[in-house]
Amino acid sequence: MVVNKLNKELVMELVSQVSDPEIPALSVIEMGMVRDVIISDDFVEVIITPTYSGCPAMHQISHDIKKVLNDEGIEAQIKTQLSPAWTTDWMSEETLDKLRLSGISPPHGRSNELDPDNLFNVIKVPANAECPFCRSENTRTLSEFGSTACKSLHFCDDCLQAFDHFKCH
Amino acid sequence: MTYTNNIKEALYRYSLKHGDDRLILGHRLSEWCGHAPILEEDLALANIGLDLLGQSVLWLKYASELQGIGKNEDDLAYLRYEREFTNLLLTEQANDDFAYALARQFFFDVYDVLLYSRLKDSNDDTLKGIAQKSLKEAVYHLRHSSEWILRLGDGTEISHEKISNAVEDLWMYTGEMFMSNDDDVLLASEGIGVDVSTLKDEWYSKVSEVLEKATLSVPPIDAFMQKGGRNGIHTEDLGFILADMQYLRRSFPDAKW
Repeated sequence: MVVNKLNKELVMELVSQVSDPEIPALSVIEMGMVRDVIISDDFVEVIITPTYSGCPAMHQISHDIKKVLNDEGIEAQIKTQLSPAWTTDWMSEETLDKLRLSGISPPHGRSNELDPDNLFNVIKVPANAECPFCRSENTRTLSEFGSTACKSLHFCDDCLQAFDHFKCH
Repeated sequence: MTYTNNIKEALYRYSLKHGDDRLILGHRLSEWCGHAPILEEDLALANIGLDLLGQSVLWLKYASELQGIGKNEDDLAYLRYEREFTNLLLTEQANDDFAYALARQFFFDVYDVLLYSRLKDSNDDTLKGIAQKSLKEAVYHLRHSSEWILRLGDGTEISHEKISNAVEDLWMYTGEMFMSNDDDVLLASEGIGVDVSTLKDEWYSKVSEVLEKATLSVPPIDAFMQKGGRNGIHTEDLGFILADMQYLRRSFPDAKW
């Protein structure tokens, strides 16, 4: 590949082949983790933002992004950016549908800015998260902490299946 | 951002102590993995521990950059001795039982939310980024721990007794959170850090609100308080955590996964 033909669209297209190993249905771009791509003369810098501070998938993701670019002969550096903090608000409607299709109930509503006058008013896990399988809301929360940092665990009383819910964050 | 040496050194120690708090408490919580009373709590405590561990990486990484002698966050976590750790005594207290773990967590979570809610407006971009990211996690942790205080306090006779004992026994470790040192005062005056002594009243009022709702008695704000963690003087518990945590790294230097 000729380096001077590099453009942002091409890099983004390559990066979009990388997915979160714990949510393979979504690419890192759909997750809202890739904030920017900066192209300089001899390398490409990909700026990513972590979902949760302790997300163990971050190392794998950085590694995978580098690899997919290196495979095309592109020298890449990954830079982690913390601010603005990642939020589920950065997922598009289309992304939410993809989550649903992969059996994960998407975030409910938008992550509201914390009310400075009421710090302890916490974002809640919905009591009746929509079941990704039958779309019923006749469901209940089993655990506010789930299989990964970003999910909670629920049960559908209509189709009798347990399901993950992607927490609004 | 360029700082004078004075501020840089203060910020190094500041990042180190906040990193240490989260590293040690995160490790304490990880000890519940596979041992919690119910599966949901196994998930919850392990997840909260993971968040804290992730936050400690951010703090210690910054500390190592400020230190500027070629160490990284892993060196700081795995190759320092007890006297070099400046975490709060509260964070190292042993998991005597589930009630102790939750009372410890609740006291810390209220402080954590207050601390991050001020730090998110820091003049220092890194601290600001860490705080913005971590605040969302901290409020979720607090929701979990405060609900357990209510459930245990206003639960059965036994659960009430256990959480009462935990609150009473751990209370003397809470005062240290609000003891400012020269670094806190300096960094607060520069708009970089938070003077923790200014968080005390709000902390006490939130803690009192939850304890009262849980039918528990609220210990006095001016009770005798232990200190020492911030100066590297620790309780016996810390050495055992470090032995556990640092064993592999010290036995197999530079081992890779």
